[in-house]
Amino acid sequence: MTIARSPERGKAAAVAPWQEFHRRHVLDLDDFSSEEIEQVLTTAGAMSEVLGRRIRKVPTLRGRTIVTLFLEPSTRTRASFEQAGKVLSADVINLSGSESSVKKGESLVDTAKTLEALGADVLVMRHPMSGAPNLVARATGLRVVNAGDGWHAHPTQALLDLFTIRQRLGRVDRLTVLIVGDILHSRVARSNIWGLTKLGARVVLCGPPTLMPSQALAAFAAAGQRLSIEPDLEHAIPQADVIMTLRLQKERMDSGFLPSMREYAALYQINDQRLARAKPAALVMHPGPMNAGVEISHEVAHGPRSLVETQVTNGVAVRMAILYLLAATGEDA
Amino acid sequence: MPQKIILSADDIRRALVRIAHEVVERNRGVEHIVFVGILRRGVPIARRLAGHIHAFEGVDVPIGTLDIGLYRDDVQGRVGPLLHKTDIPFNVDGKGVILVDDVLFTGRSIRAAMDAVMDFGRPQAIQLAVLVDRGHRELPIRADYVGKSVPTARGEVVQVSVEEIDGRNEVVISTQDERRAAPDDGRRLGGAA
Repeated sequence: MTIARSPERGKAAAVAPWQEFHRRHVLDLDDFSSEEIEQVLTTAGAMSEVLGRRIRKVPTLRGRTIVTLFLEPSTRTRASFEQAGKVLSADVINLSGSESSVKKGESLVDTAKTLEALGADVLVMRHPMSGAPNLVARATGLRVVNAGDGWHAHPTQALLDLFTIRQRLGRVDRLTVLIVGDILHSRVARSNIWGLTKLGARVVLCGPPTLMPSQALAAFAAAGQRLSIEPDLEHAIPQADVIMTLRLQKERMDSGFLPSMREYAALYQINDQRLARAKPAALVMHPGPMNAGVEISHEVAHGPRSLVETQVTNGVAVRMAILYLLAATGEDA
Repeated sequence: MPQKIILSADDIRRALVRIAHEVVERNRGVEHIVFVGILRRGVPIARRLAGHIHAFEGVDVPIGTLDIGLYRDDVQGRVGPLLHKTDIPFNVDGKGVILVDDVLFTGRSIRAAMDAVMDFGRPQAIQLAVLVDRGHRELPIRADYVGKSVPTARGEVVQVSVEEIDGRNEVVISTQDERRAAPDDGRRLGGAA
């Protein structure tokens, strides 16, 4: 799908005032520069204006096809991408594991190649295996957006968290962000650590020692990143400008990482008593879906400090920005 | 690379004062008009027009800013323009919307801007004010208010500088300058300076 370009237009590609987005894929934030993250956040700001209009529709991606392929359950992320594509006037096709040929044993790469042959421009995929989107990105000509792969990465969640923090607090730089919970299995935490530290925030991690990848984090911290581990939530909370709590997956009990939900809640739940020790302006975030009553209390989840719903709304704007920027990069980029 | 100043700071001021008068005259007052500046250089020009109108009519004409990036017909270029936030803080229904831009060239930006304005409501009319009309239209679009019409060759570049963005006021025409030759209409559009 190469488009004809006039000679003038070809020359124009070198024009300085146009900020280029060189990326064909969004797989994780580890290889993003802070400038690229800023570009996404600025673009998302323009997109949030569109979402505030009476008629939420712009013609930007008319004639483009976006396929969402979710091989793991998800409601909000998938709906968020679908809404983002539709507001931009793209055609959106949703596929899930149960209804795609993956169920019949077709390999992931073959499925992706089929989608490419059908005319898909962007593939938004979620997969239980870490690195699956990287494989598809290498093996096909599709632009790939990782919507969560195994324990590895969930870059659009991190971007929407950055956008939300900046919208509320005016900056990310020099803030202290506390991430609480199952860091070991959390792709949200991983992508957020990259994004937050790249924009100059200090990240403090807190969680049960069995769910803390201490060695890997030590290596990360040694690389000069502003990252620390604070096992005691009571010590961690007063430092935080933002408290991000992660969903505790019930499977973790069965595999022996934790003795019980109740014990976890007693030590790590974000509730009103604990928030009383936080900075007065501290905010609470959660990537969802929440286990209210486990990692976060009902009162906090729906209280005045909670940004949970704002995160969902901003997710659409950030995903619009990603789809727009990927579509704006050329075939040969 | 040969360059020629076609409008000095004084020329620009006089042209905008004249356009401001024309806007008031044509619309029989300014009760129902709003300005929408096209990012980036249309915005300071719209502010100046509103300032002049305030000076002789004592009325503040509302000003909106518009980024046409989402309405362009060449999104799939090799470049991703930096998108800025559109801000139309008023209802356009029944209003006379005056689009303001620095240079009118192919008309494609204006086509995009009109589509964008229509997405905000149903204006009574849309008019167009530009500082420079350099010809070479590719669409049936004309300006209602023109600071200066300048015959140009297609390859020439018309660069408008405004104090608010560039630190000085002037309009320069130069022959083929690749650095400035942006797609669509030979000037910067919503890009970082």
